[in-house]
Amino acid sequence: MVELARRLPIPQRRLPASPVLLVLLAACIFLAVGSSMSTLFAQLTVQGVASGIVYGSLALALVLIYRATEVINFAQGEMAMACVYFAYQLMQWGLSYWAAFFATLAIAFVFGVVVQQVVIRPVQHRSVIAVVIVTVGLFILIDGLVEWKWSASQRFMQAPFGNSVYHLGSVPIARQQVGTIVIVLVCVLALWAFFRFTKVGLGMRAGALRPAAARLVGVRTNALLAVGWGLAAVLGAVAGLMTEPSQYVLSPTLMQPVLLYAFAAAVLGGLESPGGAVVGGVALGVFLNLIGQYWGFVGSVLQLPVAFAALLVVLLIKPTGLFGHRSVRKV
Amino acid sequence: MTALLELHDVHARYGPVKALHGVSLEVADGAIVAVLGANGAGKTTTLRAISHTVDRDGEVRFAGTLLRGAPESVARLGVAHVPEGRGTFAELTVWENLRLGAYTRRGNLKDDFARVGTYFPWLEERKYQQAGTLSGGEQQMLALARAFMQRPRLLLLDEPSLGLAPLLVTEVFRIIKELNENEGVTVLVVEQNAHIALQLAQTAYVLEVGRVALSGPSADLQQHESVRRSYLGY
Repeated sequence: MVELARRLPIPQRRLPASPVLLVLLAACIFLAVGSSMSTLFAQLTVQGVASGIVYGSLALALVLIYRATEVINFAQGEMAMACVYFAYQLMQWGLSYWAAFFATLAIAFVFGVVVQQVVIRPVQHRSVIAVVIVTVGLFILIDGLVEWKWSASQRFMQAPFGNSVYHLGSVPIARQQVGTIVIVLVCVLALWAFFRFTKVGLGMRAGALRPAAARLVGVRTNALLAVGWGLAAVLGAVAGLMTEPSQYVLSPTLMQPVLLYAFAAAVLGGLESPGGAVVGGVALGVFLNLIGQYWGFVGSVLQLPVAFAALLVVLLIKPTGLFGHRSVRKV
Repeated sequence: MTALLELHDVHARYGPVKALHGVSLEVADGAIVAVLGANGAGKTTTLRAISHTVDRDGEVRFAGTLLRGAPESVARLGVAHVPEGRGTFAELTVWENLRLGAYTRRGNLKDDFARVGTYFPWLEERKYQQAGTLSGGEQQMLALARAFMQRPRLLLLDEPSLGLAPLLVTEVFRIIKELNENEGVTVLVVEQNAHIALQLAQTAYVLEVGRVALSGPSADLQQHESVRRSYLGY
């Protein structure tokens, strides 16, 4: 046996297809060169990264749920929006921004767990379409409840990062954008470490890959599914809280455009790939910001159609998304 | 010897299709017991009835207590089930598979991993390899190692010889025997390869269409006319 083992070459861990990496590298070089030549270009790029990473974090929430439950959670954006209202309410009650921020993350986790246990779990074993319809219903329900509690009119929230501007050489960068990027990156890295290094994270990955085999080694898959929904809701809440300051006002439609961009980012990244979702989000954010400025025809009105046209082109070239791979399932 | 596992009049079904029609069997503490039978006789279903991964009626007792809970609770009581297809998490690394084996346990795994290494020395250098890239024989060994990490009292093995070259089958069965003798793990093994299974086990049951057709000490069954003709081929 040992002899046999020695003779076999040890394969590398699977890396994403290298043409994709090359294209991304080329895009990075293009952005770097552009930024060094034009202040406006650099500013737009940073802005794009800041909004894109928010799409990415919501996309990551979608991917988490897709991997665990195999459905797209259409209510993800509205859950995030509700969480921003929770934060708003906490601040109305006198909490400081950051106290409210972290309290909201805790509330979001419980919210996600409750949604999974109460609403999703009863229909989970029926069919995928049943779960999808339930999430659409949840979308409408949350929307209605938020309007009923806080009304549809716009609210104003304290800004987390203030209005100050940093200067990197000649490029002015808003503190808010830097803050957004840092916060989302920290969350994404924390989540990655959780899945990579902790026992519960390992159990969740095993449960998502092979639920039956995971139960045989003692993984409580049902409980961990709920934890997965909780974590997705936390990511969504972060996305929501980071979206609010860029919109300046809070209204029940806050997350609807963001959810559409997040769908696009998740599909672009490959739907099963957490890293792909974040990269897809950033790519989309930067692309939209630059094209809105430099291609006058697009402006801000046609951004969404252009985003989906670009997505279509990518999917025509690589149907599984940037980091997706064709899943081969044995029956 | 007392029975570690007892099945009494166990019925099981997949939707409308009944797979077990009242199976009763006993596995003594510390023994190796084989379940033989043709395709579709209910061998796999018998194991699934024990780990509760199939709908079943009847009594399944493990160490005196009735097994009623979900598969994960059965696992937590000390039953390691290596299912059909070995239950390998192909996308995860060898090390992650072993950590999953020890999922129900607390504390440091270093000692256990060292101990597993005495049976499967090649695991150490393959720690960070994706489990799906291992050969069939290595995956079967990994499945045994994963089950060992669980520190089970009872090991349920579903066709460990399936798809392996004869030499590897001998190797796998030698390790099963060692785990039984050195670690005191009780083994219930389902096999199509009656020849090697009867060599390994002290007791065996022969299933036919969801019922126990025959049972007894392996030595007796080896001599039995119909077993010889149907399963041993001479």
